[in-house]
Amino acid sequence: MPEVDVRLDRVTKDFGETVAVDDVSLDIPEGEFFSLLGPSGCGKTTTLRMIGGFEEPTRGTIYLKGRDVTDLPPYKRDVNTVFQSYALFPHLNVYENIAFGLRRRKVPKDEIDQRVKEVMKLVDLVGFEKRRPSQMSGGQQQRVALARALVNRPKVLLLDEPLGALDLKLRKQMQLELKRIQSEVGITFIYVTHDQEEAMTMSDRLAVMRAGKIEQIGPPEEVYENPQTEFVASFLGASNLLEGELKESANGVATVLAIGGTVVHLPAERAPFRVGTRVKVGVRPEKVHIAVDDGTEPPPGFNSVTGILRMSTYIGVSHQYKVEGPGGHTLTVWVQNLGDTPPPHPGDRVRLAWRWEHTFAVLPQEGLVLEEEE
Amino acid sequence: MGATTLTTRADETGLAPLHRPNKRWTRFILPGFTWLMIVYLASPIFVMILYSFNDVPVVPVKQTPKFWGFTLRWWRDPFGVPGMPEAVRLSLEIAPLSALVATTLGALLGLALGRYRFRGKGPMNFLIFIAIAVPEIVLGSSLLSLFITWPDVPVLGSFAPGLGFTTILLSHIGFSVAFVAVTVRARVQTLDRSLEDAAQDLFADPVTTFFKVTLPLIAPSILAGFLLAFVLSLDDFVITNFVSGASATFPIFVYGATRIGLPPHVNVIGTMLFAAGVLAAVANLAIQSWRARR
Repeated sequence: MPEVDVRLDRVTKDFGETVAVDDVSLDIPEGEFFSLLGPSGCGKTTTLRMIGGFEEPTRGTIYLKGRDVTDLPPYKRDVNTVFQSYALFPHLNVYENIAFGLRRRKVPKDEIDQRVKEVMKLVDLVGFEKRRPSQMSGGQQQRVALARALVNRPKVLLLDEPLGALDLKLRKQMQLELKRIQSEVGITFIYVTHDQEEAMTMSDRLAVMRAGKIEQIGPPEEVYENPQTEFVASFLGASNLLEGELKESANGVATVLAIGGTVVHLPAERAPFRVGTRVKVGVRPEKVHIAVDDGTEPPPGFNSVTGILRMSTYIGVSHQYKVEGPGGHTLTVWVQNLGDTPPPHPGDRVRLAWRWEHTFAVLPQEGLVLEEEE
Repeated sequence: MGATTLTTRADETGLAPLHRPNKRWTRFILPGFTWLMIVYLASPIFVMILYSFNDVPVVPVKQTPKFWGFTLRWWRDPFGVPGMPEAVRLSLEIAPLSALVATTLGALLGLALGRYRFRGKGPMNFLIFIAIAVPEIVLGSSLLSLFITWPDVPVLGSFAPGLGFTTILLSHIGFSVAFVAVTVRARVQTLDRSLEDAAQDLFADPVTTFFKVTLPLIAPSILAGFLLAFVLSLDDFVITNFVSGASATFPIFVYGATRIGLPPHVNVIGTMLFAAGVLAAVANLAIQSWRARR
């Protein structure tokens, strides 16, 4: 059992009337790559800033390696931060930027030199010692910011949307780079992002936040395959959600009657609600099979609906379909472009089918405003 | 001149320009206007420099509109007018001293106004605006009233300075502080707050953060504020005229001298001051380009 590095115990942060972080508790074990994921304003950055010591919790306690650090200022905490804007000191060159923390800690000169050189090699910046931050590209500045934090060998590294300012290609590259560096130095990373794909690729575990609360926490696969709230289902990847009512839960199978008369089955443990509860049942677009409806029923163990194909988008690696199903639900289907069956055409009557165990159920949430997927 | 350089560069690339606006006579409008503007602004200065070499024959020496011939007489003895050495010295004592005090106070004020939220911040900002916007004549006369009535104030009256060095210094500090504060405040407001977060994240306590990060970053604005205060003090006439009593700064002296005829020495001192300004500007440019290359 690895030691717990960071513990948040019922932490709340108010800014005047608004509650930025609402009663959040968290345990992050040593060496984990942990992500806080959520839309802007969900409290993820405030949570990170409280761990860093830049904000004081209104209530609750923060522990680092078992020690209560709630009232400790940032300069007395054994954590370092990579800031969203990098916050490199413009009046210092790269070497001095990186050495800043070590100099404050009165590390001997030889050791500073050795450690700075070492970390510059780690982030692939050798030869840039004398450059000013303003003379470097965004990606290079990002590496300096990372090196400046890592050189202090913190117990925990906090990263506040560190890749947000980079273009897509560089971002992908830096994601892998960060992952490599994390496994090399072996310290805990707490990573704040609003990019669900980024969080999924990099994290050992992630927490999805909304309105100051953690909605779900777990490894990426678990959170993706088994979302526990409507928000998680829609924010982390895309979901087809059908409104309905839990009719029956027996013999390990739960049955939901969706609006429009569709009957959907799913494993009972995935719908732990009382019979009669209003729920939304969902399935991920890539789990759904699509075929022109020729009247054949799907094999047992499959849920199925029929509908009219309204839109077909060719994306190269896949086709994306929008199907108008029963009850006015629009369902999205992604099919890998295997090229062995002719794709259906808009206007066709199609049958959609997916496995019971790929179905999940969540409680409807009030006031959810989600952007349309791209 | 700029236009010519551009044409050459375009030709060097070997690409045919899409259209050739440079062939038209209109390309002279902007450079022509610029040069006229430069002549308009600089000609009094060049006249001053020229007349510092004017071989004026009349005794006692006075400036005349006529250029009599070239001489270095006035440059050999620039202070050879009774009263002028004292005036120049007074100006050169007051200017750095008032600039120093005003910069210290103004920088702290600018830092507070640009950074913190506190009770009285709004009124303070307004007061600074007023101090800059109020006509000098108003400021001068009100300062004079203050200095005249000061001795009648119980207790404080014993500290009342007579009109002269101290009152000039106090007045100059007073009107310079606002300018320094505004200059520093503007810089502090645009300063990225996360830089100070970063310093604290890297184990710098608040005092170290200030000296290692904040101060170096706002230093240029503090220097600019100092120079501004220095120059404001050096050439202030209106306010100084009210509060100087029997003392005379250089501007006061020049004003007094014009009534009996301006001695050519004044042109020499003026040219020296101008040269000092040019030197400072060139030095600033040199330092900046050296920094950029480093």
